[in-house]
Amino acid sequence: MIAPRPGSAGRSADVVVIGAGAVGAACAYFLTRKGFAVHVVERGAVAAGSSSAGEGNLLVSDKVSGPELELALYSRALWDQELAQHRELWEFESKGGLVVATSAQGGQALLALAAEQRQRGVDARDVDPDAVTDYEPHIRRGLAAAVHYPQDAQVQPMLLTAHLLGLARAAGAVVWTGVSVTGFEVQVGSDGRRIAAVRTSQGPVACEHVINAAGPWAGEIATLAGVDLPIRPRRGFVLVTEPLPPTVNHKVYAGEYVASTQSENLGLEVSAVVEGTKAGTILIGSSREHVGFERRFSLPALRAIARAAIDLFPRLAEVSLLRSYAGFRPYSPDHLPVVGADARLRGLWHATGHEGAGIGLSVGTAKLISQAMAGESTDIDLAPFSPARFEAVAPA
Amino acid sequence: MSVHPSGITKQPSYDVAVVGGGPAGLAATVATARLGRRVVLIDAGAQLGGQYWRHPDLSSAGAHDHAGHRDWEVFEALTERIRRHRQTGAAVHLAATQVWFIEPPGPDTGAPAWTLHLAPTCGVQDDRMPRTVRADRLILAPGCYDRQLPIPGWDLPGVMAAGGVQALLKGQRTLAGKRAVVAGTGPFLLPVAAQLARNGAKVVAVCEANRIGRWAKQPLALARTPAKLAEAASYGWSLARARIPYLTGTVVMRIEADSSGNQVGTVKLGRLRSDGGVQPRPKRLEVDLVALGWGFTPALELVSASGAETRVDVDRSLVAVVDDRQQSTVAGLYIAGEATGVGGAQLALAEGELAGIAAADATHLERSRVRALGREIRRLRAFAVAMHRSHPVPPRWSEWLTPETIVCRCEEVTYARVSEASTRLGATDARTLKLLTRCGMGWCQGHVCGFATAALAAAGQTRPLNAEDLRPLAKQFPCAPVPLGSLLED
Repeated sequence: MIAPRPGSAGRSADVVVIGAGAVGAACAYFLTRKGFAVHVVERGAVAAGSSSAGEGNLLVSDKVSGPELELALYSRALWDQELAQHRELWEFESKGGLVVATSAQGGQALLALAAEQRQRGVDARDVDPDAVTDYEPHIRRGLAAAVHYPQDAQVQPMLLTAHLLGLARAAGAVVWTGVSVTGFEVQVGSDGRRIAAVRTSQGPVACEHVINAAGPWAGEIATLAGVDLPIRPRRGFVLVTEPLPPTVNHKVYAGEYVASTQSENLGLEVSAVVEGTKAGTILIGSSREHVGFERRFSLPALRAIARAAIDLFPRLAEVSLLRSYAGFRPYSPDHLPVVGADARLRGLWHATGHEGAGIGLSVGTAKLISQAMAGESTDIDLAPFSPARFEAVAPA
Repeated sequence: MSVHPSGITKQPSYDVAVVGGGPAGLAATVATARLGRRVVLIDAGAQLGGQYWRHPDLSSAGAHDHAGHRDWEVFEALTERIRRHRQTGAAVHLAATQVWFIEPPGPDTGAPAWTLHLAPTCGVQDDRMPRTVRADRLILAPGCYDRQLPIPGWDLPGVMAAGGVQALLKGQRTLAGKRAVVAGTGPFLLPVAAQLARNGAKVVAVCEANRIGRWAKQPLALARTPAKLAEAASYGWSLARARIPYLTGTVVMRIEADSSGNQVGTVKLGRLRSDGGVQPRPKRLEVDLVALGWGFTPALELVSASGAETRVDVDRSLVAVVDDRQQSTVAGLYIAGEATGVGGAQLALAEGELAGIAAADATHLERSRVRALGREIRRLRAFAVAMHRSHPVPPRWSEWLTPETIVCRCEEVTYARVSEASTRLGATDARTLKLLTRCGMGWCQGHVCGFATAALAAAGQTRPLNAEDLRPLAKQFPCAPVPLGSLLED
């Protein structure tokens, strides 16, 4: 996997991708298909950051109408078309989502959201609350509303990342793990400042372009490049139960989850997300907290997740909790990913800020960047995701 | 020290909490109570004693034969003193209770003391059992479990951990098979073979991977621990009397099913060469029980959860870092017994007592005892180091694996998948290997395959095993399985 170390011996690439998570791996995959010579530089191991700490969601159900929903639908089509031949590699599962609301008010909001999503091309099917048990036999009774989203799907994010990198390597990409980026070499020419090379712990790599795909650490990389990028870590916990016979068929979550993803709240936000896995375990989320990169387990957060999940599936109270993990989502203050070229430093691109949706949006993000970098028109407009919206912000 | 409510209440508070009822935990509890501190002893077992003094329910008939236990009189003396301290209210024993979460004191949590969240080991929650306890000081004595290595066929019924075979004998008086081979490395293979023979099994061989000559390189450690030599000699005598061959430099490299196809039938032996490789031997043994032991892995769930620093010991186990008073790198947290480095019951007793004295803030009152314990600990630790150097896991053990060999039994992960993740998918460390293959993610949470997974991750990169390989396989939350509903209660 690991190529010979970069060194002073004049290594160069067209593009250096910083970060070997799902987004960086997808960038390497699509860029090699456009003929770029790509080097991926990763500080840790493959998928060591956010990509190994989530559930591998490919969701359209939790996207409100707007650019993110467009990117989600675009990505969703890529999974089914261009990438369909590889789906076994990353355990693609078209399990479908079931979103439910417990209060009358929540129910109205959910049905209104679904109606709006339908207009944008989402397959959203209202479910009679009394018939929800046909979908999920163990769900609580007395729901106010439910919507089935057949397009919601899942992949194993570690396998996704590893295999996208493998496919990129087969097409000529070079992947270095255990190599940190320490800075950038910048040239000043008549057309302004532009990147000449990436400095790493193992020596410089000359390049035309750099893609900052460092997830929640993307702000640190931007700082090394002398630009400010307001990406921050938003911590989440996932609880994993003992293996059970099939108990939860879909990705099931409470409608409040959508509000939670869009929330400005800096404190603890919790909404139930419950799903079964092929291994028989049940994954239970979700929490959102701004606590920096603090990894220690917080009982209030874990307790709140358990309470919300038991409220949705009362049977879970008796089920044993086997393990739990913590991770950090790349949070962007306006809840939109940051995708595209940074006008402040030519050659610098960003592909981050997807918060909890980075696995699902990785492929769309990467394909659009590959088109833009090749000078082609992009399949959907990248302007809403442009880093330019943060450029007024003074560097830290 | 603060005033405490008497008896068990909803959230009782103590001067000291001890977790673990084996030799280290018992010694710690007695020392703490003797020095006038109120102590709660939390133990997962229904009865005290840990793995070392595991025994049937003493009320059951015929249970008073303790021939299989060493130092039984020490156990009786310790439990008698705990019984008396319980009568005065100085000590409380919570049996069949596991700690699933530890909250340290301090500015982070806003709590003035350690808070331990409890759940019953199995079965229904007893209403009288507190769901949390608080204590100013915490002593962890979690013990260890058998260290295992995968072998082709080790997932067949009839293959057991050596410690599991012994636990069945000690705890249930049950013989796991009639015709046994005991294999692996270390002095622990001897008592297991001797106990099997005494209980009527035919032990066809003890296969010790290493050569006894390795001990000759550790003369000082042996000279300082004559009791250990005498113990080994007594087991050697038991083996000789039962005519059990002791084959050194020999490993079980393959286990095959009998004619039914679903039970152990034969084992194939191999000779460990001086270069660490394994040479197949023509010899096969017919058996219905294979007892395997490659030393022990300390149970580090609570240590990891507490945030105390860990390191790799001589035997390549992850262990807790402690100072010469058994205090960990976290103030107010003491660790004793196998979790500080596998060293046996005598060492655990000394460490437990020292931890108890230190946690009771009494080292200045007990200077001569502290000095004596320090000497005892250094002497026994030197022996343990010599033992680990004499009985290493064969460095090239993975060569006896086949692509189909199961590495993780819970998740049924084969060696072929581990190799693919390691060589093709970028699993350059144990965490990535675990997440890509699911090794160590099943029911046992890495208790069985954790060491092997970490070792294979390192071997895949042709580098030595390090602490970063072992740490991801020591889980943090929950420290023990707990019903989800228990999280809601306090």
